[in-house]
Parts: sequence; C-alpha cells; structure tokens
Amino acid sequence: MQHYNMNLTLKVWRQKNKEDKGGFQNYQVKDISSEMSFLEMLDVLNEQLIRDGQDPIAFDHDCREGICGMCSLYINGKPHGDWKANTTCQLHMRAFKDGETIVIEPWRAGAFPVVKDLVVDRSAFDRIIQAGGFISVNTGNAVDGNSLPINKDAADAAFAAAMCIGCGACVAACKNASAMLFLSAKVSHLALLPQGDPERKSRVFNMVAQMDKEGFGACTNTGACEAACPKEISIANIARLNKEYLFASITAEK
Amino acid sequence: MLDAKIPAGSLDQKWTDYKGHCKLVNPANKRKLEVIVVGTGLAGASAAASLGELGYKVKVFCFQDSPRRAHSIAAQGGINAAKNYQNDGDSIFRLFYDTIKGGDYRAREANVHRLAEVSGNIIDQCVAQGVPFAREYGGLLSNRSFGGTQVQRTFYAAGQTGQQLLIGAYQALERQIALGNVKMYNRHEMLEVVIIDEKARGIIARDLVNGNLERHFGHAVLLCTGGYGNVFYLSTNAMGSNVTAAWKAHKKGAFFGNPSFTQIHPTCIPVSGDHQSKLTLMSESLRNDGRIWVPKKQGETRKANEIPEEERDYYLERRYPAFGNLVPRDVASRAAKERCDAGFGVGTSKQAVYLDFADAIKRYGKIEIGKEGRENVSEEEIIALGKEVVKEKYGNLFDMYEKITGENPYELPMRIYPAVHYTMGGLWVDYELMTTVKGLYALGEANFSDHGANRLGASALMQGLADGYFVIPYTIGNYLADEIYNKSISTDHEAFVTTEKEVSNRIEKLMSIKGNISVETFHKRLGKIMWDKCGMARNAQGLEQAITEIQQLKKEFWSDVKIPGAINEFNPELDKAGRVADFIELGELMCIDALQRNESCGGHFREEYQTNEGEALRDDSNYMYVSAWEHKQEHTWELHKETLNYEVIKPTQRNYK
Repeated sequence: MQHYNMNLTLKVWRQKNKEDKGGFQNYQVKDISSEMSFLEMLDVLNEQLIRDGQDPIAFDHDCREGICGMCSLYINGKPHGDWKANTTCQLHMRAFKDGETIVIEPWRAGAFPVVKDLVVDRSAFDRIIQAGGFISVNTGNAVDGNSLPINKDAADAAFAAAMCIGCGACVAACKNASAMLFLSAKVSHLALLPQGDPERKSRVFNMVAQMDKEGFGACTNTGACEAACPKEISIANIARLNKEYLFASITAEK
Repeated sequence: MLDAKIPAGSLDQKWTDYKGHCKLVNPANKRKLEVIVVGTGLAGASAAASLGELGYKVKVFCFQDSPRRAHSIAAQGGINAAKNYQNDGDSIFRLFYDTIKGGDYRAREANVHRLAEVSGNIIDQCVAQGVPFAREYGGLLSNRSFGGTQVQRTFYAAGQTGQQLLIGAYQALERQIALGNVKMYNRHEMLEVVIIDEKARGIIARDLVNGNLERHFGHAVLLCTGGYGNVFYLSTNAMGSNVTAAWKAHKKGAFFGNPSFTQIHPTCIPVSGDHQSKLTLMSESLRNDGRIWVPKKQGETRKANEIPEEERDYYLERRYPAFGNLVPRDVASRAAKERCDAGFGVGTSKQAVYLDFADAIKRYGKIEIGKEGRENVSEEEIIALGKEVVKEKYGNLFDMYEKITGENPYELPMRIYPAVHYTMGGLWVDYELMTTVKGLYALGEANFSDHGANRLGASALMQGLADGYFVIPYTIGNYLADEIYNKSISTDHEAFVTTEKEVSNRIEKLMSIKGNISVETFHKRLGKIMWDKCGMARNAQGLEQAITEIQQLKKEFWSDVKIPGAINEFNPELDKAGRVADFIELGELMCIDALQRNESCGGHFREEYQTNEGEALRDDSNYMYVSAWEHKQEHTWELHKETLNYEVIKPTQRNYK
C-alpha cells in the first residue's frame, strides 16, 4: 500500500449550542497522511485550532474501533462517509485525494438535537429501548444455558440484528428521519429467540409508540438506512417488525 | 493492618458460607437506601440493574452519551465459564487453577475461586437475557480456546462478545430505568467522592454538557470505572477511558493495589505514525488458528509470501511446544519484543511479527472437501473454501484489519505487535469488593482483585459480570443492613459544600493556567515515558529516571497547559485536562510500585530478574504480597502489604513448555 500526504479544505458545521443557529466554516489542513483515520485528521485540525487560540471542533467519539457507536458525522453527504459498512472512526484518509474539499455535518434529525458543533443528543434511542427493548428476567432466575437448544439459523439471525451499535446513521440517512431500522433490529433480535417470546406483543407496541412520541418520521421503504448502516443491518428486519406489529394487532385481546 | 475479610472454612465452601450468613436488608428498607454507581460497562450496568431489581434506589453515571457506549463493548473474543459443556475435563477447580497460575501466583485464592464458582451462572443469565452466543447446529452453545488453558471454555458471539454481553446488561439497566428503580445520568463525570464520618456518602459530578457541578448522595458508592491503560497514551482503550474516579477515591483514602501490573496484549495492529491516537486489538481468539512467526534471517527484506517455510521461525511453537501459539499474553508479548529487539521484526518499522492464517485456511479447506467426499481438488479450490470458513469465524476482525492497514489478511499475514490493553492493578478491595474507605466499592477492571500479575484472555468479561450480577448484590447488603438506621443526608451538608468547592477550585486553577502546550501534547509525553520505562520491560535505573521525568512533567503541566473555551459549556478539552492531570500522578505511583517489586511476575517484567531462558523470575519468599499504596501527600505514598496465603495451590515456576 502506497502512503501519501495531502492538503485538504474542510467545510465544517459549527454551532455553539442547541439554541444557536449555526453555520459552515472553512478550514485548511496540511500534510495529512493517508494512514490517518478521519478522526485523527480532525485531531490534527483541533490541535491547530487550540494553538491558534480558537475553539476546537466538538465531535463525539470513544472506542475508535467501530463498535461503541459514539462517533457520527455526515461526511460529503453520507453518514459515516463513503466506505461501505463502516463507521467514521474507521474511515481512513486514503479514501481522499490531495486538494479535496470535505463537507462535515452533524446527524440531522428533529429527534437528535445538536448539543454543540457535530455532537447530537441521541438519548431518544435509550428511551425506545426503555419502552420494551429487553427481556424481563431478573438476575439469578436463569436456567442452564443449554437447557433450551436454539436453532442455529435463528441464533445467527438474532445475532445479525443484535449487531446494531445504536449510532443513528439510519436516522440520519433517512429523508423522513425514521428510526425504523434501529427499532426493528432490536425487535427482531428479541423476537427471533425463544426467551423473547413472552413479551413479544407488548414489546413491539410499546417500542413503536415510543418511537412515534420521540418525533421520528415514518418509513417509506427507500432503503437509505440499510445502505448507510455500518453494521449492515438488513432492511428485512423492518419487514419483520411490520409482521410482528400486525400479528400483535390482530391477536390483541381488547 | 489490611484485612481482606476472607471467610473462614475450606476454599470451596467460603462463598456458600458467606452467602448463608451475610446480613440481609428487607424489601421495605431497600427502598430507603440509595446507591450510586459510576460507570456503565459490564460491571456497572450489571450491578446497577441487579441492585435496581432488588429494590435499592440507584443512581448511575457515565461520561458517554449513553450507557451502551462503555468500553466493555469493544471486547472481542469471549467469556470464560467452567461449564464443561465440551466434556474436555473442565471444572470450577480448573478455571480457578488456570486463573491463579495465569496470574503468576499474585492473586487472592478466595476471590478467584468465587469467580470460577459463579462463572456458569453468568452464561445462564446472559442466555436468559437474549445474548445471542454462537451455537452449534444442534442448537447448543459453542466454545473455543483462549490462551493459558488446555480446555475449551470460552463462550463467544463472533468477535463481538463484549458488545453482546454489554447490550444484555444495558437492556437490563434500561428496564430498571423504565421501572423507576434506577436514574441515569448520561454525559456526567464523577470528579470527587464525598466522605462523611469516614464513610463514602456521595459524589460530586460534573454535567459535561453545561459544565455545572452536581452533588449526589448515596448510602454507598460503587466505582465501576474500568482500567487506566490510557496512562500510556497509546492503548487499546477507548479515548475517554480514564482513571479519574478511581484516582479521586485513592486520594480520599482508598488504597491502590498493584498499580504497576499492566497487561500488554500480544496481538494488536502496529503503530503507523506519530498521528496515532489509539491502537486496535486483534482478538486473542485469532491465535486458535493463526501462527505467529518471524523470518529466521535478521533484517529480512523479502515479502512474507516469498519467504519459504524452512526460513520461518515459529518462535512460540519452538519455545513453548505444549501451549504453542496459545501461551498467556504476557509470555507471547515478551517473546515478540525479544524477536524484534534482536532484529527479526517485520514491516517498515521492524516493530511487528506475522500472524499467519495460510495453514488454517488450507486445513479448513481440506476439511470442507473431506465433508463432501471429493478427491483431486485443486489447491485454489481448497484455499477458496478455507477462506470461507475463516471468514465465518473471524470475518469482522479481518475487515477491521483491512480498513486500518489497507492490506488483505486473507492474502497476506497480519502484522501485529504488543500494545497496552488491560490493567490488573486497581483500587484495593477486600473479599466484599469494598475499598479501604467504608461504603466505597470497586468492581470490574477498576479493582485489583482477581487476575494477579497477568489476566487470562476472556476473563475480564467474566470478572466484570461476576462482580456486578453475583457478588455485589450479596456483599453490599452486608454493609447496608447497618445503614438502615441512617437517613439520607442532605446535599447541603458541609462535606458536600466543601468537596464541591475543592472540585471547582481545581477546575478554575486548570483554566487559569492559560499556558502554551495542549493537553494532548502532555498526554503523549507521559505515554512515552511510561511505555519506554514502565512498559513491557522495566529496570531500576529506568524507573528512577521515569519518576523524575514525571515529576518534572507534572510541574510543567500545571504551569503551561493550554485549555481553550470556558468552564460552563461543552468543553472536551477541559474534561481531558482533568483526566491527564490524574494520569500524571498515577504514572508516578506505577513507577514507584514497579521499582519496589524486585522480581518479575506476569506482566511485570524486571530485566534484572529473569531465568537463563529469559522467563520471568519470581521471588516468592519476599514478594508474595499485594502492594496496596496509601496516598500521603504529593509524591509520597506508604506501602501496605497484603500477604497472599496459598492454602490449596502450590506456587511453582509457571511452565507452558
């Protein structure tokens, strides 16, 4: 792999706080190595800003290995940038060329208000989980782990849905700012396992109601969420969610 | 005198007896008792959820935007449990024995035995929560091997076991939040513990969004704040992982146990340049199938696939035939360093060794062909089929490697090098997980307790969940049973006022320095001192130098650090400054600890103390103790020793040959 250095223009969204209107600002960075990660490039810019007595750019990040879900960023019009199945922290600068201009924005959704610059508040996701994204089992009540064999295909499918990192890229990618992919991943994960069965109906009702209450939009099946998802959560989960919801509605005793 | 409060009786009955006799709190009283939990990783989330279920009033704090982000989420390989599902000779005793031996006989027998006893319950609990562990076609749970063991006892969910376990604990926590038993404080950082009448009675936390300080009361405080590997600047920890909560507790009277015991993980992606902000682990599970080698020729310039088999040195298989590539982490790391220092390293930096899957790919390919009963199959087809199998096992790790390095590990061997990963040291706790401050507990990686001088792979997840799900719910009752007579204390109490003032003074002092050097620069300088002189190999001279250099660095930091922005706003640089200031103080103590321990054990390798074959040379007659440091004043600590009495296991020279 050939390494190279590049000079870039960054067009970054700056917003002091939730109330501030915000706007783009341009910055130049020099001698960026193609081996750097995208966030390391922002680290370089921030060091430069601090040196010059300016306010560094706020962005969320933590594990920097693509699993905690804390990093976000809309990069050149795409959540987490242009690489497929990738988070911003794992995007590396070899994806860019010398002289390029990169536009960096926060997630944009009514349910994700901006905290500062590129940082948004995603606590709506936690509240959706609170509404039913769990199996009600207190510590100490469990039977032996192997007492209930689970079909491997079902276990694998549950795992594939459970890989969601809760980053919010699906919402950011959706023109309606819908949280259906996030929600459906959790509903699928738990509905595919026998342990999740007893609460299957109430879970899907309550989680959908909470999603609506948080102000996320409706799903119109454009598939933008699936394309942007760093963990390649399948849109088939949304179909399963709809099926679960329909089944729960038809069989509800009321 | 340090009293670990280890229950009497035979080792395998201690925990049972303890549970049968510890004090209980009745449900009506639990409602009146408030518990503060700091940190939401495996230990914190599991403790908070379990205590909420029991009926305590719980407040939980994390610095991230959601409790689901805690760094337990990044654990890849797996979690150990003595289930013996594989019928390969595993048992509670074996897991206990392997852990003590792996820790090079510097862990407490009673704690480790308890850990092994509850390990099976953890798997059961997680399965019940819907954790999608890997399964066999028959629907039963699958296992694999990890370093330092000869059985298959590791449960896993592809390379994302930590994520799945944490999401399980997080969901249990969110359920308690929904039920109103737990109150969650996101983007809050604990900056001080409040002590009243020699008992921990609350914390001062800072809201990281608006910078406001808050007072929170608790009848007990649980620190579940993880490890301090970021003292080295570069580590596999998350960027935000820090020692601040534990360090504040330490300065308020909690002893710090074995601070120099650091785990350097053998298989990480090597450093690529000065811009590097963190290092990424390649799971130990890869050593099930990957073979580690370097060229036999020093300064080799050929590419890996141009070097013929007979010119490769599979040095772990050569030195440790019984365990081969699956020796414990400290042994594998030192062996890699030894080869690179001797001039056999690979890659541009020459600070790397190969982790090669070519053999595994062929082996799996042949098995696939064998299943189909086919003959005369081309080499290409065997390799193609083998790659599919390897992809299913390790696909996400291979993808991660390729994204970072730009190289395809299915075609070329991975280049790997050891990196700081875990800290066995931490706040000293007794059998009940209580620190030397009454009512102040430390759980998970934040305590020192179970891994001695070296942790075995897949044991961190086990310990975090054991502490949170199955230990603290019992031991905290034994303390809180006597607290039912004490009403909640108002946060207007003088101790809250003065402690908050301490915190605000310190923040104002930091902001008033207005120097010229960024926080990041200081952190990098500290990291370099620590890695060079208190890293994989240490010696007395280097440690003495390091102590002087760190003291100097501290002076410079407090006179020349530059922090932009203001106090009452979202200001990550200010948050980081406070953490780095604490890391600097911790770094000094780590060097002092490493200097006093005139032996080598586990991850603590003093160059002066090694066998003729370069293995760690313990000194059991003089150093079979936990060093527990009491903070006295700046640069001054007093050493207390907890002698380790081995009643069941006879310590020997660790042998993986």
